Amino acid sequence: MNTLHRIVALAIKELLAILRDKKSRFVLIGPPIAQLIVFGYAATFDLSHIPVAVYNQDRSAPSRELIARLTGSPHFDLVGYLDHDAQIAPLIDNKDALMVLHLGPQFSKNLKRGKTAQVQLIIDGRNSNTALLTLGYLRSIVTDFNIDWSRQHSGPGPPAILQIRPWYNENLLSRWFIVPGIIGLLTLVVTTIVTSLSVAREREAGTFDQLLVTPLRPVDILVGKSIPGILIGLIEGSFILLVVVLWFEVPLRGSLGALYLGMFLFLLSAVGIGLMISSLAVTQQQGILGAFLFLVPAVILSGFATPISNMPEFVQHLTLLNPMRYFMVILRGVFLEGDSYGLLFNQYWPMAIIATVTLSLAGWLFRNRMN
Amino acid sequence: MKAAAASRMRLTGMIRKESLQILRDPSSIAIAFVLPVVLLLLFGYGVSLDARHIPLAVVVEQADANSASFIAAFEHSEYFDPQAFGSIQAAQQAFDLREVSGIVWLRNDFSKRLLSQGEAPVGVILNGVDANQARITEGYIQGVWQVWLGSYARSQGVELSLPVALEPRIWFNAAVRSRNFLVPGLIAVIMTLIGAMLTSMVVAREWERGTMESLMVTPIRIGELMIGKLAPYFVLGMGGMLLSVAMALWLFDVPLRGSFWVLTAVSALFMLVALGMGLLISVVAKNQFVAGQISIITTFLPAFILSGFIFQVSSMPAAIQLITHIVPARYYVAILQTLFLAGDIWPIILANSAALLVMMIIFIGLARRKLHKRLDA
Repeated sequence: MNTLHRIVALAIKELLAILRDKKSRFVLIGPPIAQLIVFGYAATFDLSHIPVAVYNQDRSAPSRELIARLTGSPHFDLVGYLDHDAQIAPLIDNKDALMVLHLGPQFSKNLKRGKTAQVQLIIDGRNSNTALLTLGYLRSIVTDFNIDWSRQHSGPGPPAILQIRPWYNENLLSRWFIVPGIIGLLTLVVTTIVTSLSVAREREAGTFDQLLVTPLRPVDILVGKSIPGILIGLIEGSFILLVVVLWFEVPLRGSLGALYLGMFLFLLSAVGIGLMISSLAVTQQQGILGAFLFLVPAVILSGFATPISNMPEFVQHLTLLNPMRYFMVILRGVFLEGDSYGLLFNQYWPMAIIATVTLSLAGWLFRNRMN
Repeated sequence: MKAAAASRMRLTGMIRKESLQILRDPSSIAIAFVLPVVLLLLFGYGVSLDARHIPLAVVVEQADANSASFIAAFEHSEYFDPQAFGSIQAAQQAFDLREVSGIVWLRNDFSKRLLSQGEAPVGVILNGVDANQARITEGYIQGVWQVWLGSYARSQGVELSLPVALEPRIWFNAAVRSRNFLVPGLIAVIMTLIGAMLTSMVVAREWERGTMESLMVTPIRIGELMIGKLAPYFVLGMGGMLLSVAMALWLFDVPLRGSFWVLTAVSALFMLVALGMGLLISVVAKNQFVAGQISIITTFLPAFILSGFIFQVSSMPAAIQLITHIVPARYYVAILQTLFLAGDIWPIILANSAALLVMMIIFIGLARRKLHKRLDA
């Protein structure tokens, strides 16, 4: 029996060990699919149906026009008109409205006289991101109104105007940003769960010692134990990729090969970390705990939801150890920016290093942590 | 009378046994106290939506006083780090390499158009991949533009008079610090993890070792057993909770505008929900392996994505909003954000607490029923 044969046999045995149990088979297939669909829709920063109320003391044609521009937007839902000040606070406090637009009685008078008409805007700041985005929308509504008003009333327009064009994601859909990231998120969770228990389970059952006395070298064991994790990760990753393209209709503009190279290196480093955790753990419980302790920071500090560039310097340095950080750039680069191998080189090599280091450590730990 | 005394005796005995077990095995103390501190430190600093010093390429095709004043407005903004580029091609190259997140482009007729008919176009290209950051950046750019309009008007000897001006007031978080919004939510996410980890892992172990069976043959009743199991972990969890609140207040400077006692009461309720969920997982799962997997899948990602901690629930599609109702962290996040930033707003506190109460009853009730079934089997 040659080495290759033995490794294949071990890999098959590992796969069977994972897939034999009905519960663990389900854990690998059911939740990722459900989570993909639910999170794909849930994880968005795009505003929709933001409840707004209007307090218009002016009731003139221009004020109605300004309000119509607000209520005509798909981002906002008008929940009602107010008729005195005291109604504002309870509405905002109880989250019945996220924003109240207040036009004073002098609004149209000032506007027609060429004096600046002030409009008060009260926004619930409990979710600071939504507050900022809402303010941004209102700003552009007012800017457009101003430019149109100046043109119609022969007043001078502003000396310069901005022509803002977002590239790669022309309509600024945050779903296009988040959904490709879910490929990394879910494959990381699945491969880490699979591998972080593979050695610990055998240690607990005592079969790992038996494995060590077979003709298999630690390197062979390492390869055999890595294959199932990578295989499961690649299959799940491909399935999620299909859903992202066909169901969520995120454009895939770059090279698929560049994406798969990234996915392979990412899975390799995830498997390395999982096996390292597993060979450090004496019991399954420690294995699961270790997986948890790795997954939570890896996901939160990956740039999946909040940008790494906003983090303090120290934390930014820390994220360099996180393979998911690189894969996020690759996913978004290939999907939206149309990247190919060359532009992604700086994302590939750190993952290759992480994979080499963690896999070698895991292989070394196989032998040196026997008792 | 005698029965009550006996019950009390059994209960104190059970709690004592559990507490001793916790003290002997420091791992659960570590989970309760060390973990929240580490996670809150890492995420409190790491998770931020406030962009500062956004790298911006600036292309000025014809330098003069007007273009200089326009660019100066960007240089004075804390949000931007403008870098000058000689041509739009050079700027685009840096943009493609992700060295800059946007380009501001003043073409060579900028001054001429500015002085003749007005509305001189300023080209702005943004990297839209991260749509949220792009939108926020867009808002900042518009702010800079407004500032420049004002100073340009003054330099021409007139006051800027816009037809309509917005006077925004952001309540509860006037400086729009994302940390004030995120840290209360983080407490909820971290506490979900810790509550579930404490019970799901530690109780499942007892099943696997078979010591649960030995407990069952003693005269202890199921209810007493459950209280005895939960009480010590409840105390531990609340300790970690107080530690997190203290860090939020004094390390991250998040204001607490509501009452501390309401916060404690609601947190106690949530802790029971989280522990109950962990207990249910450990009773349903036959072993630590499955218990661990289920708790990773059902706690962390749902609490992170579906709770309103970072993604606004009301912006999700209706069907997804329905699903968020089965995530306990959702209610706790809503209460925490309100209690910390807005104050004791009873309609929100009561409605969400009622939901938590229902979830607690369901989790603990189900765990109790399943516990019976296991014994019969």
